[in-house]
Amino acid sequence: MTQSASPQATNGKPGPMLAADGTPLKRSLARALRRQKMRALLLIAPLLLFVLITFIAPIADMLFRSVENQIVEETLPETVPLLQQWDHDASELPPEPVWTAFYIDLVLAEERKLHTRLGSRLNYEMTGLSSLFRRTGRAVGRFDTDTYTDQFTALDPTWEDAATWVAMFEDDTIREALPLTARTWDRWADYLVTDKNDNPAEEDVEDFLFTALYTDLTRDGVSVTGTTPRLQQAAGAVGDFETVSIMAQFEDADDDWVNPEVMRTIQTYSPPYTSGYFLNAVDMQLTPDGVEAREENQRIYGLLFKRTIFMSLTITLSCILLGYPVAWILANLPMRTSNLLMILVLLPFWTSLLVRTSAWKVMLQQQGVINDVLVWLGLVNDADRLVMINNQFGTIVAMTHILLPFMILPMYSVMQTIPPSYLRAAKSLGATNWTAFWRVYFPQSVPGIGAGSILVFILSIGYYITPEIVGGTTGTFISNRIAYHISSSLNWGLGAALGAILLAVVLLLYWAYDKIVGIDNVKLG
Amino acid sequence: MAETQSEDAFVEFERVQKSYDGENLVVKDLNLSMPRGEFLTMLGPSGSGKTTCLMMLAGFETATHGDIRLGGTSINNIPPHKRGIGMVFQNYALFPHMTVAENLSFPLEVRKMGKSEREQKVKRALDMVQMGAFGGRRPAQLSGGQQQRIALARALVFEAELVLMDEPLGALDKQLREHMQFEIKRIADNLGITVVYVTHDQTEALTMSDRVAVFDDGRIQQLAPPDQLYEAPENSFVAQFIGENNTLEGTVKEIRNGRALVQLDGGEMIDAKPVNVSKAGERTRVSIRPERVEYNKDRLQEGAHTLKAEVLEFIYMGDIFRTRLRVAGNEDFIIKTRNAPDVERLQPGNQIEIGWLPEDCRALDA
Repeated sequence: MTQSASPQATNGKPGPMLAADGTPLKRSLARALRRQKMRALLLIAPLLLFVLITFIAPIADMLFRSVENQIVEETLPETVPLLQQWDHDASELPPEPVWTAFYIDLVLAEERKLHTRLGSRLNYEMTGLSSLFRRTGRAVGRFDTDTYTDQFTALDPTWEDAATWVAMFEDDTIREALPLTARTWDRWADYLVTDKNDNPAEEDVEDFLFTALYTDLTRDGVSVTGTTPRLQQAAGAVGDFETVSIMAQFEDADDDWVNPEVMRTIQTYSPPYTSGYFLNAVDMQLTPDGVEAREENQRIYGLLFKRTIFMSLTITLSCILLGYPVAWILANLPMRTSNLLMILVLLPFWTSLLVRTSAWKVMLQQQGVINDVLVWLGLVNDADRLVMINNQFGTIVAMTHILLPFMILPMYSVMQTIPPSYLRAAKSLGATNWTAFWRVYFPQSVPGIGAGSILVFILSIGYYITPEIVGGTTGTFISNRIAYHISSSLNWGLGAALGAILLAVVLLLYWAYDKIVGIDNVKLG
Repeated sequence: MAETQSEDAFVEFERVQKSYDGENLVVKDLNLSMPRGEFLTMLGPSGSGKTTCLMMLAGFETATHGDIRLGGTSINNIPPHKRGIGMVFQNYALFPHMTVAENLSFPLEVRKMGKSEREQKVKRALDMVQMGAFGGRRPAQLSGGQQQRIALARALVFEAELVLMDEPLGALDKQLREHMQFEIKRIADNLGITVVYVTHDQTEALTMSDRVAVFDDGRIQQLAPPDQLYEAPENSFVAQFIGENNTLEGTVKEIRNGRALVQLDGGEMIDAKPVNVSKAGERTRVSIRPERVEYNKDRLQEGAHTLKAEVLEFIYMGDIFRTRLRVAGNEDFIIKTRNAPDVERLQPGNQIEIGWLPEDCRALDA
């Protein structure tokens, strides 16, 4: 109407608005609101901290585990840099220095009992590595490297004295000349001091230290001039030493080491961060030659993701179909009756999830209630009772039942806000019951359906207990696989990667939903 | 207009009763007949059954007993969407998910009308309520008055002959309400449609209607044109309900020559016009409109009974003066005087004498 079209307020004054005291209005407003904001922040601080500590931080940590791979580099610090330089196409097996470094790393890891953990980590990528590491760990102390020990002590018996070594590595010139030995000695001394509370100067000098010393002294361009005579003597003598092939020692310990795949796997998974878990989670694998799809019969996660999404959608859809009429009745009945019915809707919430799921097991199994009734009615032959559990059908039925309240409640609260006069208006305008419902009532109830669908879909996509119990092999979700990796196979990295993908899928769907339906259209009441 | 023959009645209620719980009648024996083109208002306090009558006419409630006829045919068993009655709801009930034009187009779409014809009719209806520029807006973007206009246009767009309005102006502020009363009346007259209008606002009823049906307790208390209703209420409910009214209680002493002599409970005697008292000895409630009370000695009728009064309060209201008096023990006796140069402004404590024309003083049921 014409009167209400009020003229635009005109403000000819340029520049920012000023408050009465001359400060810009925005600033003085911000100042006035600051106390209020601080108070609000203080009030929510306990909850914020709680959520941060118990929810956000663990999730962030788990997500981080999906790419984290520092264990290889930490356990094999000498081997990893050398392995990186190894061209696995040129030679089947890495050169001798790599094996020497690996020997040193493995001895130290075995002392610290870290080699089994590394074995389990690498076992995810290549089956058998776990036991290989365990076996080799036992053998590595008995390698024939005492040949070097004997030859050095033959030159000068004081080599056998740990004090000699302690003194030697206080000299920076020597440290510089013998880098590998210095690093190895430091790790060894550190292990003795921190883990065993021993004095390195009082312990035996182990074979691997002499191996390191030999390796350093035989290195091209090594210079020990200006150091101790003992070392100079040794440097002069090593050229004539009897050598030991460390690679052969490994082969002796276990034949599997000459399988080129073993070292390649270690090489592939040596960087501190890896995409390997994620590739695994999408049925691919990281090989020395790059990313490859897994063989047909090893693919499982793609199928599981597709099944999870398909079943979640089916459950959401059946919840909509079953919940809509219930919500409609609840919203249109007089308050007293609808409250009573609402209690019936909420009743499942007060029953244990396990009890409800187990009840479905009783109902649906082949010797269960429903089959018995069908057989008794003669609708089904006793011989071919219906298989309704331990498959997708069972999961869908049980989860639809469990998640139905989450669909009904938001639909109900939205429908409650739709006045009955809309339907009446539509009918008075000439619409049939169906047209009035479809053109007028339904569009207004869509926000409730949207809210319920998001709720049910997101809950069901991550559901775990019910599919575990009634899902059998064909009715399980990706979450069951995640749980398996977290609690049984202990491959947390893969579990985390699967979880991260699931999270990404949910966020993606949420985003798509926002684009298509608009998240503003979602109402919980 | 009050004397409508049943044959050419457009809307007819015959012995209609309605009960929701099977124990109480919300509408008791309703008989009403309206000619084509009439603007009839159902007026009454809440719970008086007026909205129920409207809903029965629209088809959203079924009559427990009796017959409702539209254009001569009984519509008791016709579902609402086939009655072709336009309706404007209290909260407008504009569909929030449709634009204004879509709202108006809706009744035409369900009637399977062609697109160009629809657009033409929608445009015409919008122009009629002066909202031609608002077709693309959503109802939520409109003010209350604009929504009201759209609701009206929607009820009219499919050319219904009968339009029902359920307190359509209840949510508007006073000024807008008065403006819209005029608008609705103008449009209804222009189109020649029959309107049944429900309200609890008596000013609205008086200013808009051809006839007003005053409802109370499930019955029509009086069905009359506004002036009759105001000046000649048939019972004390109507007298009380319509406009401001002074009542004095007493007993009929005698009825003679169309005059009733009433002895008030305080002993004073007054003349009144007998309306629903028939014989001496009956208890009665006499009703006098505040503006018909005279206190200027010069204008008091010779020989008529007068009453002594004490001024309790004088309120200056601009165009009128409103004075509260104590008359025959009643402390809420109001008189209204036009603000004119020669009118005396009474002061609290003044002792005055008041009187009125006997025909303005109606002896009604007690």
